[in-house]
Amino acid sequence: MFKNLVASAVFAGVAVGVIAAALQFWLVTPLLLEGELYETGARVHFSTDGSTQSEAGHPALFTEPMRDLMTVGFNMVAFTGFALFLAVGFALSERGGHMVTARKGLIWGMAGFIAVQLAPAIGLPPELPGTVAADVELRQIWWICTVLVTAVGLGLIAFGPTLAGVGGAVLIALPHLIGAPHLDTYFGVAAPELAAHFATASLGTSAATWVLLGLFTATLWVKFKDA
Amino acid sequence: MNKTKTATLNATHATDMSLVSILGAAALGLVLLFAAGFAQASVMHDTAHDQRHAMAFPCH
Repeated sequence: MFKNLVASAVFAGVAVGVIAAALQFWLVTPLLLEGELYETGARVHFSTDGSTQSEAGHPALFTEPMRDLMTVGFNMVAFTGFALFLAVGFALSERGGHMVTARKGLIWGMAGFIAVQLAPAIGLPPELPGTVAADVELRQIWWICTVLVTAVGLGLIAFGPTLAGVGGAVLIALPHLIGAPHLDTYFGVAAPELAAHFATASLGTSAATWVLLGLFTATLWVKFKDA
Repeated sequence: MNKTKTATLNATHATDMSLVSILGAAALGLVLLFAAGFAQASVMHDTAHDQRHAMAFPCH
């Protein structure tokens, strides 16, 4: 059992880690590098001469091979971690009599995206480097709690009786009723168009990767179990 | 009677083992995600930087 859990998670996590990195290099990294121009002051938005305009365009990609390699490596680590939790979810749902298939894996992946990316992004949008925000520990606590209660809430909706589903919806709403930690000042380091585009690109690429993660992990889970 | 008892015991044992596996896999997942997303040591932070931003982990 442990071998099946780990094997399906590692193979899926490594494969999806590579795909995630490729999608990020294509759609997210150019915006991230452009954001760093504002973080370092190489570019200034709303500069002191009163101009509200700043030049658009990102610096050259792939100039730091080590940095790009680390992005691939840490994507593999993170998605293997997420895949382990998906596999744990598969094992628990099968104990409850709900068998997992590759197609159901797609739904698990979507649920993972909602719990880990979309729900926390409602309160804490994906941030460009250099964004000034509330204390990191407070944000991490809110982020972790939101991921946990959203995952539990989705589980109750998917597998519980009707009343438990209502409870699940309340759980999902709870962190947003409490509210994410925010500052009482805007700093606007980077251009707002760039920050908005970064947030949507981050969410869009992770939606695609999470769906693939669900599909791959479930496909391997079914394969290893039958072997 | 005895056979049934043994079967039940075996089933209970198998259930316990699979629960241990499930808990073990979850613990391993937690360690990996902590390393990728939350470890604050500056070496970890710098190497994981771009991936953390892309995945929207609150990292600094």
